[in-house]
Amino acid sequence: MRKGVDLIMAFGIAIAVWQMIVWLTGVPHFILPDPVRVWQAFISNFELLYDHAQITFAEVLAGLLIGSLLGMMTALHLMISPAARRLLLPVLVFSQAVPVFALAPILTLWLGYGIWSKIVMAVLIIYFPVTSNFYDGLRRTDPGLLDLAKTMGATEMTILLRLRVPAALPSLGSGLRLAAVYAPIGAVIGEWVGSSHGLGYLMLLASGRAKIDLMFASLFVLAIFTVILHALVGRFAKRLTDWSG
Amino acid sequence: MTVSSPAHSSETPGVVLRGDFNHRDHRLFDGLELTVQAGEWTCLLGPSGVGKSTLLRLLAGLDTGGNFQGTIVADDSKPMQNRIAYMGQSDLLAPWLDVLDNVQLGARLRGDSPDTARAHRLIARVGLTDHVSKRPATLSGGMRQRVALARALMEDRPFVLLDEPFAALDAKTRAEMQELAAELLAGRTVLLVTHDPSEAARLGHHIRIMTEQGLCAYPTPESPPIRPYDAPETIETQIALMNQLRSQANA
Repeated sequence: MRKGVDLIMAFGIAIAVWQMIVWLTGVPHFILPDPVRVWQAFISNFELLYDHAQITFAEVLAGLLIGSLLGMMTALHLMISPAARRLLLPVLVFSQAVPVFALAPILTLWLGYGIWSKIVMAVLIIYFPVTSNFYDGLRRTDPGLLDLAKTMGATEMTILLRLRVPAALPSLGSGLRLAAVYAPIGAVIGEWVGSSHGLGYLMLLASGRAKIDLMFASLFVLAIFTVILHALVGRFAKRLTDWSG
Repeated sequence: MTVSSPAHSSETPGVVLRGDFNHRDHRLFDGLELTVQAGEWTCLLGPSGVGKSTLLRLLAGLDTGGNFQGTIVADDSKPMQNRIAYMGQSDLLAPWLDVLDNVQLGARLRGDSPDTARAHRLIARVGLTDHVSKRPATLSGGMRQRVALARALMEDRPFVLLDEPFAALDAKTRAEMQELAAELLAGRTVLLVTHDPSEAARLGHHIRIMTEQGLCAYPTPESPPIRPYDAPETIETQIALMNQLRSQANA
């Protein structure tokens, strides 16, 4: 309850500051529209925003799901296989030196203007945080607990599934929370590079036509979606690890 | 004191460890011989870093990061593997499992179906029936060590290796845990590594002091363990042990 009140207060203050800046600087509305104008743009373009938002949300959710699953599977594989650690780990680390944004044009070239290039973009951007967080968690199981398991006659597989994986869930939760914030960035960058749908496309379109109020409205829809997605993923992660306090 | 544990003494084997141990280029011990008497408590004292925990890990078959050359032979000549239960200084409870599932951890890890009725009986014996579905985070340090004790009993192994299991507890809880462990582990072959002379004086059938020169036996009071903490002979042994440890440290 307190948190909700704080959130509304913070939001209210931000809107007020924004309005103050517009008043005090007298900046023209095609450079920085005031909150009321953005709200009007949101209402009058609701259907348009809704259509484009659906596409972006689908891309983000698909990217989040696929990227998280791939990341989790990679982390488990790295844990099980020494060969994977030797061969895959250096490649994974090196791949982080390649700016994912720079891949967007190539993905559009390969996968076209449809949603798949954006989904893959979101997958690429979240794959590493999920993998590395989960893998770190899997490796950091209490060595005492592992010793105990060995004296109990546990096999490597039951140690992995019944000790390492549950012990790593808080780390996985951190990775998933990061992924919830990064996935929309990936999808929107994909849309900027080449698309005919989605909030990123709508932003570019609105900007090109000097409809800055519509651009801001799109931005807010995206921001609110990201905040809600982050909160939902956070709640899911917390449920996974209600024991960790 | 009531001995409610089945008497294992007749069929419980002892174990003898003989050998040398090198850690990197450092010789930790040389020609050492440790006998852990069948069905009794052997307490191992000594300064930090002398290799007490290494001995315990060797017996447990755990990785020591060094090179052991020698033999570990049980009286019945059977391998030690899967015949030891282990308790460490921290309770090593899985925080995501409740008390019952922590006690049944061994079966879970072996992929066996656990004997839940037996787990409930052991939880009752350590006095935690009311807490059976609680997670470790909601338990006190003493309660958590009782769960760890029930988990060790659940394994029902002839050898029990204790690596300072009561060191982190407050004095009152520690004394209670010593009494509970002595009662429930009676008849098993126990090796207790400890820093606490009073603990050795209370619990040991045999006391061994480990120094860089090797192991030496130390006489225990005549009365059988567990001895009252305030009995004169317990206190005398405790003081004498303390003096011995200090004189060795100064030597």
